[in-house]
Amino acid sequence: MARCEWIPSREGRAVRIGDQELAVFNLGDGFLATDNECPHKGGPLCDGIVTGRAVVCPLHGWKINLESGVIERPGGAGHPGVRTYPVRIVEGVVAVGIPGGDPDDSVDTDTLHNCHQIQA
Amino acid sequence: MSRLIVVGNGMAGMACVEQIIKHGPRYQITVFGDETHVNYNRVMLSSVLAGEKADDDIVIHTREWYARNQIDLRVGVRIVDVDPARKTVTGDDGSTTEYDTLLLATGSSAWMPPIAGLDKDGVFAFRTLDDTRALLNRAGPQTKAVVIGGGLLGLEAARGLQVQGCQVTVVHLMATLMERQLDAAGGQYLVAKMEQLGIRVLLGRSTTAIIGRGRVESVEFSDGERLEADLVVVAAGIRPNVELGRKTGLLVKRGIVVNDYMETSSPDVFAVGECVEHRGICYGLVAPLYEQGKVLAATMTGHRGPTYTGTVQAATLKIMGVDVFSAGDWANAPDHVRFEDPREGCYRRVAIKDGALAGVILVGDTSDSHRYLDWLRTGAVVTGRRELLFPPPSSDAGLDVAEMADSATVCGCVGVSKGTIIQAIHEQGVHTLSQLKEATRACTGCGTCASLCQGLLRAVAPDFEDEKKTVMCGCVPFAEDRLREILRSQKLRSVQEVLEIYGNGVGCEVCKPALSYMLDMLWCGDHEEDKSARFINDRVHANIQKDGTFSVVPRIHGGVTSPAQLRRIADVAEKYRVPMVKITGSQRIDLLGIKKADLPKVWADLGMPSGQAYTKGVRMVKTCVGTEFCRFGTQDSTGAGIELERRFEQLYTPHKVKMATVGCPRNCAEATVKDIGLVGIEGGWQVVVGGAAGKSVRKADLLVTVEQTEQALEAAEIFFQYYREHANYLERTYDFVERLGIEKVRKETVYAPEAVRDALRDRFRKSKARARDAWLEGQAPVNPTQFATLVPMET
Repeated sequence: MARCEWIPSREGRAVRIGDQELAVFNLGDGFLATDNECPHKGGPLCDGIVTGRAVVCPLHGWKINLESGVIERPGGAGHPGVRTYPVRIVEGVVAVGIPGGDPDDSVDTDTLHNCHQIQA
Repeated sequence: MSRLIVVGNGMAGMACVEQIIKHGPRYQITVFGDETHVNYNRVMLSSVLAGEKADDDIVIHTREWYARNQIDLRVGVRIVDVDPARKTVTGDDGSTTEYDTLLLATGSSAWMPPIAGLDKDGVFAFRTLDDTRALLNRAGPQTKAVVIGGGLLGLEAARGLQVQGCQVTVVHLMATLMERQLDAAGGQYLVAKMEQLGIRVLLGRSTTAIIGRGRVESVEFSDGERLEADLVVVAAGIRPNVELGRKTGLLVKRGIVVNDYMETSSPDVFAVGECVEHRGICYGLVAPLYEQGKVLAATMTGHRGPTYTGTVQAATLKIMGVDVFSAGDWANAPDHVRFEDPREGCYRRVAIKDGALAGVILVGDTSDSHRYLDWLRTGAVVTGRRELLFPPPSSDAGLDVAEMADSATVCGCVGVSKGTIIQAIHEQGVHTLSQLKEATRACTGCGTCASLCQGLLRAVAPDFEDEKKTVMCGCVPFAEDRLREILRSQKLRSVQEVLEIYGNGVGCEVCKPALSYMLDMLWCGDHEEDKSARFINDRVHANIQKDGTFSVVPRIHGGVTSPAQLRRIADVAEKYRVPMVKITGSQRIDLLGIKKADLPKVWADLGMPSGQAYTKGVRMVKTCVGTEFCRFGTQDSTGAGIELERRFEQLYTPHKVKMATVGCPRNCAEATVKDIGLVGIEGGWQVVVGGAAGKSVRKADLLVTVEQTEQALEAAEIFFQYYREHANYLERTYDFVERLGIEKVRKETVYAPEAVRDALRDRFRKSKARARDAWLEGQAPVNPTQFATLVPMET
């Protein structure tokens, strides 16, 4: 996990976990996490501008909802959205739940197996 | 078809031909013009002299128009003789051409007063495009120019020469400047304004001789006094060209005499324009001549009926804040109302006769001249409505056009009413100014009705294409200029504050960076910076590439580097295994493919400041070699360019600002297509603004001509700060200057009152004092993880 203060309000940071890179965002009232790869051409979502519950990719301006992973703009893009991950705050530390093994496993946030903590 | 020969290819003649063609195919037309150009707008020669328009911009009828209308155009041929018995004309090329009908549109020539020495080198009239080009060739910062004649034309010539850098003196015979249009009081206001512009005015002087050995050296007055001069422009009046009229046996007094149907004393010969005399008057302004042309066209095409009964003359002078409007007969009426505001330089006089407006003089503020002109032309009764004579200015231009009657004239030169314009908008779908010009010919005369036309378009056309939309997005629903005022007056210093108080509390990728810029600019750097409201390039001070790596461009001032600098760049490129090292169009070096986490170390190793290649800010100053080495250089362009870049670096702008300096008009560093350019000329610099050569291509406009490099740098600072404060976010200077017009830009920057200029430079300096090299953040990032990729904490 990361200490909350390492990710400023309304910004995102890239987090490397094994060979995966996630983008973790501080929305002010909570944290959200997605793959750090825009479904369009792989841009770094962590570097985008946060607007409400969405982020705008810095490369070509695609707008991605951070809660659902759905592409808000351009509409009707026909692209699948981006993968999202559940996040919990534990004593000032951001915990992100990565499903182990089968990516179709849904994550039980109460148990949070394979839970990772993030540091700089 | 009947053969029509038109002698003269000028504005009045061709406007009449246009009208003749509208009546249907009746004539096979041949036009002889002694100038070698197509029909151009002579009124706008003043703009060409002042560097606001190019030759091509003032063409009225292209060759294509002549071809399309099957008009045989013979340029460069002067008709020297007419044989009315044989019905032929003879040209100075020896040609003889037959006609069935003849139309004389020979215009006027500049009147040369009885002054000795007019044949000396350096003496010019200001009548033709060739005159204008010759003047532009001679004009420059070391030229002392004397304009003989302080009427409309003389003052416009003076203005143009002054913008080109000359030291100008206007010499006028009478005691009042523009005495045909102004009374003594109005004339004094005008003199004061001319002198504020730096143009000297000498009244009540009769010029008797031009002195010099071959070239002009001075002019001499009747009292023996002499004035040094390198260049003399004679603008003392015009005389109708009536020779051909005489040879044709027409009745000629001062001009070729015509009746109300525009007929001459001969049934086969007609005349129009400045060569004509109607009811004793020879008109020298374009509006009456266009009216005459319409009537003549009807008479000549078998539709004889409409008559021309004379025109209420209206004259306009509009040069860099010196606005003068005069119409009707303001001298001989029993009733006058006057208004004066000496501090604002504003003078108004209204003459009333028999309960109606007889004449009007406006000096200083002429924004509602169309109102007075309308009253004059309709003879509207003003008794009992005297308070309407000087109404408070309408703050909303939209309201003003709404109040106009449909019959009111919008374009005085061509004679286009509000109703005609509205009709064009509704029936032809006109929605831009260019389309309006095409459809109605409005705004193709002197051009001063442009803002009225725009106002009408804005009010009536559903798809009006105005300036770029100034409301950025739905998050903060205010036009940008209002938003700036709000931020300033409410003393808001952070983007979040603005969004919460005046917006939807959230913001988006459009308004957040724009607000960030606005706050930085308004508080001269003393605002609360919020990285979350910035695009990534401005968070990490580098340009993001397609794969998430970044490009690093250090500052190389004026494109001048050194071996040590190059070595440092090379060392860094090797150390960080930079995939590509590229020389950019901005005369500097780009290191591409650098990882975000390496940025602070790369900057530290380079030891060079940021080139700001990634942001809406000051990019670079390109230079050519100049006097340091170049055999053609007239100025030290590298020195000036390096100084310019040092003065402007680290500042942010509504959109990127790219500059260049060149040592001579060969323009090797392309300064004329830059946002700000300094063009070295003999004896000084031309400062040009609003150019571009990227997505859009636009030639920069001349802002001012100065003698000293320091003056050029100051002019650049004043314009730059003005652009920062008035442009919309993401509006390049080429759009900004195009939108405002260079006249307005000049009036509010380099020709603004001293206090305004000083204040602009003051705010520039304040911003500069707080500005710093963005790459210094590498040493102490605002947020410790700005450049980092996080890894999971150990559990």
